[in-house]
Amino acid sequence: MDMSSINWVLLLASLMVAATPILLAGIGELVVERSGVLNLGVEGMMITGAISGFAVATGTGSVTLGFIAAAVAGAALSMLFGVLTQFLLSNQVATGLALTLFGLGLSALLGQGYVGIKGLSVPDIHIPLISDIPILGPILFRHDAMVYISILIVAGVWAMLKYTRAGLILRAVGENHDAAHALGYKVIRIRLMAIAFGGACAGLGGAYLSLVRVPQWTEGMTAGAGWIALALVVFASWRPWRVLIGAYLFGGLTVLQLNLQAAGMKIPVEYLAMSPYLITIIVLVIMSSGRGRAALDAPAALGRSFHASA
Amino acid sequence: MTDLLTVQGLTKAYPGVVANDDVSFSIAPGEIHALLGENGAGKSTLVKMIYGLVKPDSGHMRLHGEAFAPPEPRAARAAGVAMVFQHFSLFEALTVAENVGLGMENPPPMRELSREIREVSHAYGLPLDPRRLVGDLSAGERQRVEIVRCLLQDPKLLIMDEPTSVLTPQEVEILFATLNKLKAEGTSILYISHKLEEIRALCDGATILRRGKVVGACDPRERSAAELAELMVGQALHRPDRPPASTGEVVLQVAGLTSEHVATFGTRLQNIGFEVRSGEVLGIGGVAGNGQDELLSALSGETVGASETVRLRGKPVGHLGPNARRTLGLLAAPEERLGHAAAPDMSLTENAVLSGWQRQDLTRQGFVFWGKARGFAETIIQSFDVRTPGPGVAARALSGGNLQKFVIGREILQRPDVLVVNQPTWGVDAAAAAAIRQAILDLAAQGAAVIVISQDLDELLEVSDRFAALNAGHLSAPRPAKGLSMEQIGLMLGGAHDMDVAHTDEAQYIKKTYVEHRP
Repeated sequence: MDMSSINWVLLLASLMVAATPILLAGIGELVVERSGVLNLGVEGMMITGAISGFAVATGTGSVTLGFIAAAVAGAALSMLFGVLTQFLLSNQVATGLALTLFGLGLSALLGQGYVGIKGLSVPDIHIPLISDIPILGPILFRHDAMVYISILIVAGVWAMLKYTRAGLILRAVGENHDAAHALGYKVIRIRLMAIAFGGACAGLGGAYLSLVRVPQWTEGMTAGAGWIALALVVFASWRPWRVLIGAYLFGGLTVLQLNLQAAGMKIPVEYLAMSPYLITIIVLVIMSSGRGRAALDAPAALGRSFHASA
Repeated sequence: MTDLLTVQGLTKAYPGVVANDDVSFSIAPGEIHALLGENGAGKSTLVKMIYGLVKPDSGHMRLHGEAFAPPEPRAARAAGVAMVFQHFSLFEALTVAENVGLGMENPPPMRELSREIREVSHAYGLPLDPRRLVGDLSAGERQRVEIVRCLLQDPKLLIMDEPTSVLTPQEVEILFATLNKLKAEGTSILYISHKLEEIRALCDGATILRRGKVVGACDPRERSAAELAELMVGQALHRPDRPPASTGEVVLQVAGLTSEHVATFGTRLQNIGFEVRSGEVLGIGGVAGNGQDELLSALSGETVGASETVRLRGKPVGHLGPNARRTLGLLAAPEERLGHAAAPDMSLTENAVLSGWQRQDLTRQGFVFWGKARGFAETIIQSFDVRTPGPGVAARALSGGNLQKFVIGREILQRPDVLVVNQPTWGVDAAAAAAIRQAILDLAAQGAAVIVISQDLDELLEVSDRFAALNAGHLSAPRPAKGLSMEQIGLMLGGAHDMDVAHTDEAQYIKKTYVEHRP
């Protein structure tokens, strides 16, 4: 194996690109879970976003419109989940799994005419001055706009949860929906908004794969990114900045895996492919050996259906 | 003087039950008005309508002489109605300040709100630290959070749903002092309770509800508790008889019981030790959240520890799980009926098997004798007067009192040597509660040792031979229950957990400046 064949600057630079899809999907799912809803359909929403974004972008020639379409498609699919779980009180785990399967099938159907078409190229932003800094410039400041938008979304979610009343209400609903209802907050409406936000973010994440990272459409191209995003939320113990750290860590592992493969490493790549999940499990064990659920900060009402009684 | 709130002809029906039927009453400014009734009499539905959580089917309300029909709690709060809930509407993982802010319409910035909470709570004798997580607070402190949340909104009408059920006698006194000061400031209070002595001590007027209807209104200070009870229940209450107990040898010994792991926001048991003799009822009192659940699960075997900590007839059983302890004769009935004592969606027969399969021989080599199991369930239903169509009904479908009778009966009919029950009559109507207490006494009379964990001190004094108090995971030395005064018990329970007496002038000043300074 020849480690010197790996260009570490390029590796670190591609890390941010590799991490962006799971970062977007993860931060969306974080908001959903903070409101007390467990949506396991992230994978399905991502891939639906991927094909919708790709179709609209190649059709109109505008990447921006593609991303918007992806967000709308992801949110629309998540509303299917929302109606089923919030109004019809279906089981969230089963519905989420069904949403993933449905999204995979739907995207394959929609994408039949798009296989093999070359995608648009998305320009990188060269921020003047700082992008010319050696090493740091190429790693941090020569990416496309979505990379920075995803970081802004993380910052926005963090500020919203920490400083605003809306964030407080969202956390309250996820913590104890009965008490929130008793105080007069519209639990179902708040949760639907969170689910829609999560769907839109997952859609953006999927579209980032098909529009920037690859960029073309292949069936099942998310290849488990949605599940990594779900693990990421738990890994981050439901805190926005930790989602960012986790995403770059997991993204880094993906990139490293590709590079090690190219460098001819002897260890099977499957070990690296499973590492995000292993790391999540290890982090969970370490954290829960401390103070139980409080240390994990899992929203207390996570996954529980709300039905206003009396 | 016009009334603050008049309620006229309020009716609310749910499928199969009329929760409120043509209810009318009124509250004058500065009046403490009691709403008296048993569980299921419709008190909660009524106040939920006043607070805007439930819409009445018919009837109307007037507040300050104007029509009042709050579509949601927000509107009720804006009109000056505040409510302290029976089951606290608090968020454990949020801080005190965040909890208070969530219950306000236009809360000031967090820093300012924290200052106000600290000042107002001290002025009313309910000191609170706004930065603490609610999950770490005691039940009494949580109630303070709710009260302070209401006070900061300067309410005209304060609704309190069973506020004293989680307080020690001393804390009750301080709460009453606070309520009386509020009354002196002109705030009306709607006080919901089924504790008659409290109502006689505190309230100016009372409306009595039975099965959703108003059955009487009176001045509680002019009536005796027995008269009020008869109005409330509709019949004279049967007091449990207590055959003179003859206690035998020690059956259960607990020594050095300390919890190793506790759930988040749970209480750690600290070196608990006591003995119970056959034929004896040991009452364990304490405010909720002081280790009751942990004690029950340590005795039932849900949490296991060192084998020597629990001994049954001298045999160490501390390391054994619930099934092994059941076989040896140590049975338990936990507090939470649905989900802990019974599986909600399973039938009564199935629930009977789940707890009684060993002692009633309901299985052989892994196969269940359903006929025999059904017979066992039917015996429970008959001997404990469980009102249900039959043993095939799901546990969830039973009312709280009926399910509780079933759960307690299921354990008692297995002829335990030691029975541990937690909150045996919580949320149970008075007649059923009396039946359950009688059954507990009968069991002890037959020679079993019984441990009753409860927050209802009257109940404990009624059934126990000896009384011990659980306070922050510590158990006091048991004392003979006969002759214990409420004050002594209160001190055993930890007295007034750092509450102090209200300073109203100061409170008025703080509240006034607070309201003025708000934008």
